[in-house]
Amino acid sequence: MSPSVPLQEMIRAIRSARTQCEERGVIQRECAAIRAQFRQTDNGGRSHNLAKLLYVHMLGYPAHFGQMECVRMIASPRYSEKRVGYLGAMMLLDEKQDASLLITNSIKNDLSHSNQYVQSLALCTLACMGSAEMCRDLAPEIDRLLRSSNSYIKKKAALCAVHIVRKVHDLGELFVPSARSLLSEKNHGVLHGAVVLITELCERSPETLERFRKTVPDLVQIMKGLVISGYSPDHDVAGVSDPFLQVRILRLLRILGRNNEAASDAMNDLLAQVATNTDSTKTVGNAVLYETVLTVLDIKSESGLRVLAVNILGRFLLNNDRNIRYIAMTSLQKIVSTDHNAVQRHRGTIVDCLKDQDASVKRRALELSLALVSASNIRSMMKELLIFLSSCPPELRAQAASGIFNAAERYAPSKRWHIDTILHVLTTAGGDVRDETVPNLIQLITNTSELHCYTVHKLYRALFTDISQQPLVQVACWCIGEYGDLLLKGECQETEAVQVTEDDVLDALEIVLQSHMSTPTTRGFALTATMKLSTRITDNVDRIRSIVSIYGSCIDVELQQRAVEYNALFKKYDHMRAAVLERMPVIQKNSLGQTNGELSEEPMKESQPGKVKQEETALPPQPAGQAQVVDLLDLLGGSQEPLQPGSSVGGSASTHLTAAPTSAGGDLLDLLGGFEPTPLAPAPTVTVYEKNGVTLTLSCEQQSESGLTVTLTASNSTDSDISGFTLQAAVPKSVQLQMRAPSRDSLPAHGGAKLTQLVVLNNPNKVNLKMRIRVSYTCQGSVVQDMVQVDSFPGL
Amino acid sequence: NRWRKLRFLLLFNRQGKLRLQKWFVPTSDRERKKVIRDMIMLVLPRQPRTCNFLRWKDLKIVYKRYASLYFCAGLEEQDNELLALEVLHRYVELLDKYFGNVCELDIIFNFEKAYFILDEFLMGGEVLETSKFAVNVSMEQADTLQE
Repeated sequence: MSPSVPLQEMIRAIRSARTQCEERGVIQRECAAIRAQFRQTDNGGRSHNLAKLLYVHMLGYPAHFGQMECVRMIASPRYSEKRVGYLGAMMLLDEKQDASLLITNSIKNDLSHSNQYVQSLALCTLACMGSAEMCRDLAPEIDRLLRSSNSYIKKKAALCAVHIVRKVHDLGELFVPSARSLLSEKNHGVLHGAVVLITELCERSPETLERFRKTVPDLVQIMKGLVISGYSPDHDVAGVSDPFLQVRILRLLRILGRNNEAASDAMNDLLAQVATNTDSTKTVGNAVLYETVLTVLDIKSESGLRVLAVNILGRFLLNNDRNIRYIAMTSLQKIVSTDHNAVQRHRGTIVDCLKDQDASVKRRALELSLALVSASNIRSMMKELLIFLSSCPPELRAQAASGIFNAAERYAPSKRWHIDTILHVLTTAGGDVRDETVPNLIQLITNTSELHCYTVHKLYRALFTDISQQPLVQVACWCIGEYGDLLLKGECQETEAVQVTEDDVLDALEIVLQSHMSTPTTRGFALTATMKLSTRITDNVDRIRSIVSIYGSCIDVELQQRAVEYNALFKKYDHMRAAVLERMPVIQKNSLGQTNGELSEEPMKESQPGKVKQEETALPPQPAGQAQVVDLLDLLGGSQEPLQPGSSVGGSASTHLTAAPTSAGGDLLDLLGGFEPTPLAPAPTVTVYEKNGVTLTLSCEQQSESGLTVTLTASNSTDSDISGFTLQAAVPKSVQLQMRAPSRDSLPAHGGAKLTQLVVLNNPNKVNLKMRIRVSYTCQGSVVQDMVQVDSFPGL
Repeated sequence: NRWRKLRFLLLFNRQGKLRLQKWFVPTSDRERKKVIRDMIMLVLPRQPRTCNFLRWKDLKIVYKRYASLYFCAGLEEQDNELLALEVLHRYVELLDKYFGNVCELDIIFNFEKAYFILDEFLMGGEVLETSKFAVNVSMEQADTLQE
């Protein structure tokens, strides 16, 4: 086997080229020479030429002009030329090329060549690139070769048959008998080929699979022979006898045992034997064990065997070899839903793998850990997952964050834990969370009224630690805006409170507004939060006014629009400011991704009186609101049940008013448009209360058959301002009542401004309409409460 | 539609130069170039003691480095990666036996032999002969036929 000198010279020449350009030059020259050689007749060096061309092809250069030469070489009687010709055909031709048809005849001839090595070339090429037609054409020939007495040919014919079956499914039927008989061969190569062929046949046709089920005992015998036999130098690999054959047999057994009790039973003992006897110190043994585990888990195995299999995977998890740990986790992932408890037993090891150095192992460990989270282990698992999140590779962060959120949502042991967990994730991986995290978190916070104080204090602190994590900053701004009053109170039961002044809080928001790290969305949050604070703080309203007016000329259109609208709210619509900037209602949890925008469409329907029954939970989740329910019950005594204590304490959440969504300013405009100051009712007005300078007048307007709108107007003629002015009303049981938010909550002295409040009534049973109104306000530091009953309504 | 055990086998060195390519499914020239590029980009940056298994599209990729050459195989979804490592190792052993302490230069200057050896070991993406000795014997005998 002398090496091809011309070939090696050319290779040397190409390799000595110092630049790409030089190499191209050499190649071009060589190709020209090769082409010239091809045109000449038989000159004894043809195989070298083609080999040169194939080398050039491997470097990435075009070599189409060699295709016909391959065809010619294959047809040559010389073995060396055939050899290179077939190699060329496999490298340069595929079934789509026309030239491939031309070699069909040569292949056919060579299949019956007297020399087995020539036959082998043909078989090999057919199995590599045989087209469907070639396969159909030559299938009978292959079947004949399957029955030859030559093992060398038989094994090649078997794999060739596999290719044929893959190409033309129907031809499978042809090979069934031969395949069956090949199982009694002793030669491992032939046996291996037979097993592969049978596997292919069974996978293609369920009927064939049925027929081959009878071979299970034979296969079991063969495996047993391999497992318990002595050392065989021919096939031994590190103490395992022919692992390639073992794995293929195991795979075939898997297919045959699937969904079949009898077959599974027949192989049960063998599988247990392989599982326990195979040496697992080297990769090769583990390869066999792995296949065994896959088989056990796929067939109808006994529970004892299943446990054995899962335990093998558990042992794999502790293996030093990273590959084996990786394999174990992929397998456990597949069975985590079906054999959940078995996998749970190995949870500790899996969680440890989160700390592995290898990124692939980490990824698998993450997926598996998330699948193993349950209500009983949520706390400990989350601890591990959060540790993982802080040090995990960047490409896994998003997956980890969203997995943690899902787990938290499903199994959170308490709301506070849930909020803490989300905050933790936002602090560590804020940049990698999905967009809907922010509204989801906000919704969660509004739903957890008892933790408003805790949340806002925590978020305020978080804001100062890191202003770059946008989702966190957005939620923090929103909370500061909403619950700023709780923040300023400086006391909190659940956590250490921050002591801040109004200026501090406004400073914080301004920092966010001005920071170059804040996205436009974040700045929008900050601006709105600043605006909201105008009703929650007392001293620095002017500062807010100036901030808002500055942004009225901001380049960012969104911010500018908001600022302009907020300016208007300060100027023209100041009487509505309190109402507009009230506490948000509890956001209904519809589905993921829906925001408060949904609520703005139907303010009335959201707070149907029917919903607001005697249950305290249905009421606005403010402790103050609940106190009022009790009071009102006392108020009206026994005769009439106060069905709808329509209370709207200034600053507490109102289920009536549509609070302005923090997003597009469009809604805000609608709101302003919808609320005209005091609807000039043409209906007559009657004074229902007049005491201590405070006057309350009432007018009503029939809207429909049973619907009625009552307008209450209050004014203050004393010398001092009145603040905290609230009205509450109660009506007979069958009448439905809804109180709209008042236009303001304070009455300046000397009748500086009037307060208006709409009350919408529905009287379907047409009972005699009566209303009890309670007035309460603060004047000169003292609280005044009074009550008046209205028995007749003007205009009715 | 299950295909073969192996989809392809590539050998390339640390500079990304291809030394052998065997395709077990029909693949166009353009697809081949893309796969080769992707494999090189996927495998070369890998750190020494990391996992030998990767995911790429719907395939599992198994690779092992022997001296200056990377042996890289593309596997089906259901295939046994640990056994694939054994396949790669067996091929290296066969080359070693044939060339005697094989190195990259042997595979460069005698690439056609590397292919012939491969064709005695694997066929159609499946293992053809499980005995080391049998493969070597076949190679020797076939070589004697060369004129």
